[in-house]
Amino acid sequence: MPSLLLLTDYDHACLAGTHGPATQMAMSILVRMLPVYGASSLLDISAAHIDSTVYMGEATMEFAEKLAALGAKVRVPSTLNVSGVDEHGWKEWDVPADHAAKAHRQMMAYQAMGTIPTWTCAPYQTEHRPVLGQQIASGESNAICFFNSVIGARTERYPDLLDICCAITGRAPATGLHLTENRAGNLLLRLERIPRRLQEDDAFYPVLGHLIGRLAPNKIPVIEGLEVTPTEDQHKAVCAGAASSGAVALYHMVGITPEAPTRNAAFQGRAPEQTIVVTLDTLATARAELSTCQGDRLDMVVLGSPHLSVDEFRKLALIVAGRQKHPDVAFLVTCSRAVRDIADSAGLLDAYRAFGGRITVDTCPLTTPMLPGSIKHLMTNSAKYAYYSPGLLNTQIAYGRLEDCVTSAVAGRILRDDTLWNA
Amino acid sequence: MERIIHGIPVVPGAAEGAALVTDEPISFWGGYDQRTGEIIDRRHPLSGQIAAGRVLVVPFTRGSSTSTAILLESVRAGVAPAAIVSREVDTFMALASIVADEMYGKPIPIVALAEADFERIEGGQQVCIEADGRIRLLNRGHPEPVEGPPESQ
Repeated sequence: MPSLLLLTDYDHACLAGTHGPATQMAMSILVRMLPVYGASSLLDISAAHIDSTVYMGEATMEFAEKLAALGAKVRVPSTLNVSGVDEHGWKEWDVPADHAAKAHRQMMAYQAMGTIPTWTCAPYQTEHRPVLGQQIASGESNAICFFNSVIGARTERYPDLLDICCAITGRAPATGLHLTENRAGNLLLRLERIPRRLQEDDAFYPVLGHLIGRLAPNKIPVIEGLEVTPTEDQHKAVCAGAASSGAVALYHMVGITPEAPTRNAAFQGRAPEQTIVVTLDTLATARAELSTCQGDRLDMVVLGSPHLSVDEFRKLALIVAGRQKHPDVAFLVTCSRAVRDIADSAGLLDAYRAFGGRITVDTCPLTTPMLPGSIKHLMTNSAKYAYYSPGLLNTQIAYGRLEDCVTSAVAGRILRDDTLWNA
Repeated sequence: MERIIHGIPVVPGAAEGAALVTDEPISFWGGYDQRTGEIIDRRHPLSGQIAAGRVLVVPFTRGSSTSTAILLESVRAGVAPAAIVSREVDTFMALASIVADEMYGKPIPIVALAEADFERIEGGQQVCIEADGRIRLLNRGHPEPVEGPPESQ
């Protein structure tokens, strides 16, 4: 491991405690991590997104409260990821009071650090959005992927507990995806003969993301051959899938994402290390992997990983209008409180409430123990919910399009339209 | 007949235990039960195995950035792996270990190996990790580890 560190006067002052004990602790952790990153110096960041907010137990709470008690303040604008509890709505679900209390203590600790309490895993869909080329430090795998790929902001794949150290010091290791030369693609994924009708459908993108993560678990894939320009929500679905089945922190789409005007630009003039052809068959296999359900039993539909956007609420409102879910099936959307309020004031929640749907903000069922034990069969349109539910929630899961999720909730059993996936 | 592998001490420390080996990357979030040390990613080949107290031999972490928090929680709960051997220097695991040191004085020793060396460790094999990154292989392994879970608390 390289041991020569090139620290600035500011870095040394932080280590010496000049900027207070919290900054000292954060800088100490950062400097110990430098050799791990193969870096010898730190660079300035101008924004951060903090995933350390997710309450995982006593240790994450103690870490937050220790920093807060030491007087930690963030040095750059820092949005907050999901928390471990819906602050005002947890009593409507099965969240144990002890969990709610501790998760709330952790929320308060991070708010005390002068952060922006966005409480969302889709921070790129808020007003606090970075810009092309901006150096930032982000946790939350889907957000990391979106910031890098879709916006062209620059962050390494920061783990929980380090993102807050970067925010407190305003510094990050000068390494990895912060540096232009490390942002070149190295794996070419060429889409061949994928029906345009499928590419135009929202259901294509979670599957594409899941497949990208499978094929390029720790590479920078360059996707070529898309005939349509994905919406930001569709990119969001790709990011969530690719960062669940793999550790994808950056992808390029030729002619679409900001650092890939051409294939040559995406690879920074180098040749791909490997080329993989993706066909409808490959995608159909990836799609099948997202479902673990046997049979058509359905207890609950869950949408919103990452958190639903206002546009997605608009789509949902049109699909549920005039319909009502089956009484035995629960229907949940997770989103930020800001998006809920905007959607509500735009009248987008009326039809959804009449349909029988519920909303949880600030968090999601993967990060708060809210679901009753009777919920064993889930359906979702999210690759991330599909990927993690079997392990984290001990449920079976069916992956389907948004339309199929609604139709199934009405019918009371899983119904999926496979037409799009047949040649 | 003891054999020695030389690795990079990502987080230096000494430990000994039976190896739990996989070629498949792991996400601790959604993949590791922080109360029991069980691998709970039902799509993972080690699903159902208990990693607490074992030397976990895993290429790298994938997926969620919450993996660090889970590993830290498992240290606090006493169900972390005794040590981790990876194929690449993995920042998530290293951070968990460094914060476990800062918070609780209990770092998890982590050693990174070259690919050919990584494949030399067999499941169930007793291995001893040294602070300088040396790994001593103490006996032959068996591909299907048969140890049960540790005594419940």
